[in-house]
Amino acid sequence: MDHILTVQNLTKKFGYLTAVKDLSFTIEKGNVYGILGPNGSGKSTTLGIVLNVVNKTSGQFSWFNGQASTHEALKKVGAIIERPNFYPYMTALQNLKLVCKIKDVEEDKIEEKLELVGLLDRKDSKFRTFSLGMKQRLAIASALLNDPEILILDEPTNGLDPQGIHQIREIIKTIAAKGTTILLASHLLDEVEKVCTHVIILRKGEKLYSGRVDSLKASFGFFELKTSDMDSLYSFLKGNEHFGEIKIENGLLTAFLHTELDAQKLNKLLFENGIVVSHLVKRKESLEEQFLELTKNAKA
Amino acid sequence: MIRLLHIEFIKLWNNRASKILIISYFTLLTSIALFAAIKFDIGPIQFHLADQGIFNFPYIWHFNTFITAFFKLFLAIVIVSMMSNEYSNKTIKQNLIDGLSKKEFILSKFLTVISFSLISTLFVFVVSLILGLAYSDYNEISIILTDLEFLVAFFVKLTGFFSFCLFLGVLVKRSAFALGFLILWQVFEGIIRGVMRWKLFDGETTDAIMGFFPLQAMFNLIKEPFTRLGAVQSVVNQMGEELSLDYAIHWYEILIVLIWTAIFIYGSYAILKKRDL
Repeated sequence: MDHILTVQNLTKKFGYLTAVKDLSFTIEKGNVYGILGPNGSGKSTTLGIVLNVVNKTSGQFSWFNGQASTHEALKKVGAIIERPNFYPYMTALQNLKLVCKIKDVEEDKIEEKLELVGLLDRKDSKFRTFSLGMKQRLAIASALLNDPEILILDEPTNGLDPQGIHQIREIIKTIAAKGTTILLASHLLDEVEKVCTHVIILRKGEKLYSGRVDSLKASFGFFELKTSDMDSLYSFLKGNEHFGEIKIENGLLTAFLHTELDAQKLNKLLFENGIVVSHLVKRKESLEEQFLELTKNAKA
Repeated sequence: MIRLLHIEFIKLWNNRASKILIISYFTLLTSIALFAAIKFDIGPIQFHLADQGIFNFPYIWHFNTFITAFFKLFLAIVIVSMMSNEYSNKTIKQNLIDGLSKKEFILSKFLTVISFSLISTLFVFVVSLILGLAYSDYNEISIILTDLEFLVAFFVKLTGFFSFCLFLGVLVKRSAFALGFLILWQVFEGIIRGVMRWKLFDGETTDAIMGFFPLQAMFNLIKEPFTRLGAVQSVVNQMGEELSLDYAIHWYEILIVLIWTAIFIYGSYAILKKRDL
């Protein structure tokens, strides 16, 4: 197996606070991973540890099957943590040249990467004159200079305007399409849902779920129904083996499925039982609902 | 090693403030030559500093290394800010993420410190050599080559001092506070000396103990050269006094400064290693 990153029983304590608790996961080549969790759930701390800027309290992690030391491995990684950090008094080009020196790669990719993030015409402007969106895009260009095996992004769209968010997402999609492994930390669920194939969900430093996004959403979905006689609909569904939890909110009945059932069949079944619906929609839970469900359960 | 130096060079040379300070520093080092131009010619009183023997070999090595060492404050500012800026811009974090190890990071800073000291030493050597050849009364090779250990002491002194600045930059993370701390430390050493002399020991013991404190140890390396000057000596002799001070550089003084340098550099590394960024 091509393991890019393996994390085992990682724990980090800040004084009495445990930011990451006994966390284990593996990142395999070619997938797009999302680390999900509310603010303060330990996402950035975890990334900080594997990126050599935060010291772990206990546990292990290894890059590329443990073949290289962490700082050597990091030369094959592209990472952006929170805010873009560059030398404000240097131009975009000078900053990228410096990164090339640190990463020990040739400087011939600079123009290409600046082009990719749309900053080529601003390459001779000083970093401090950039807007936040441009800074973030420069950070992505810098992370891509070495054509990394894995790209790590921590809240890449934080604090950007809608246009900036859109630009960053487009760039991420372009990169993902080239087969680069991506690890994306975010608290924005739709962001993760849109780009990721795999997801790791954290809450208070603990792992709640890790696996494919589709299998997280592998429940049978639910129906939204409306009819003139809600009570008989409710009692009918209550007695049906297909359904589990049923609730009525604002005149709309929501019934969660236990087993597979398609909308056509349900419609037929209801009609045969003398119930005519005015509204029938079958839906799958969004990642957001799943996520809230998961984190709520963990609290109890 | 070249790679690490090159990285630091890019960071420093593109910073306008650092560039100006570095250029002014080396201009000042050269300006020691201007002493040669000091010349009073008021009727009967004629005074030409260059004729007073300050540019005589081997005395010039002592004199120039002592005087130019004061300019090191310029580079101290550069070094403190090159370290603390990495913290305030958070670029240290990015450097580490980009694949620089913490050891390499400190090493790149230390190599810069060594280069600054080495280039300064070379500068002082060349300027003094030229001045000496122009004004010295004695130009025999053997005399020129005497007392060259002052240059060694100069190099060690600068390296030690800059390492101290580097350490303060890492420790305090803010350039203004780090420089303030440096001044505070100087005052602190002064107070310690005062208290020791007043309550505990006689002058000689106090001096010996103070020689172990970093700034005093660096200062001790090159003693003041003025009383060694022929003119001063003859004035003292006329007054019937005898001045016999020890001007030489002792191996243990060099050793103390080298040990402090090692402590500062290792300390910087230990702090960086322990800290979460």
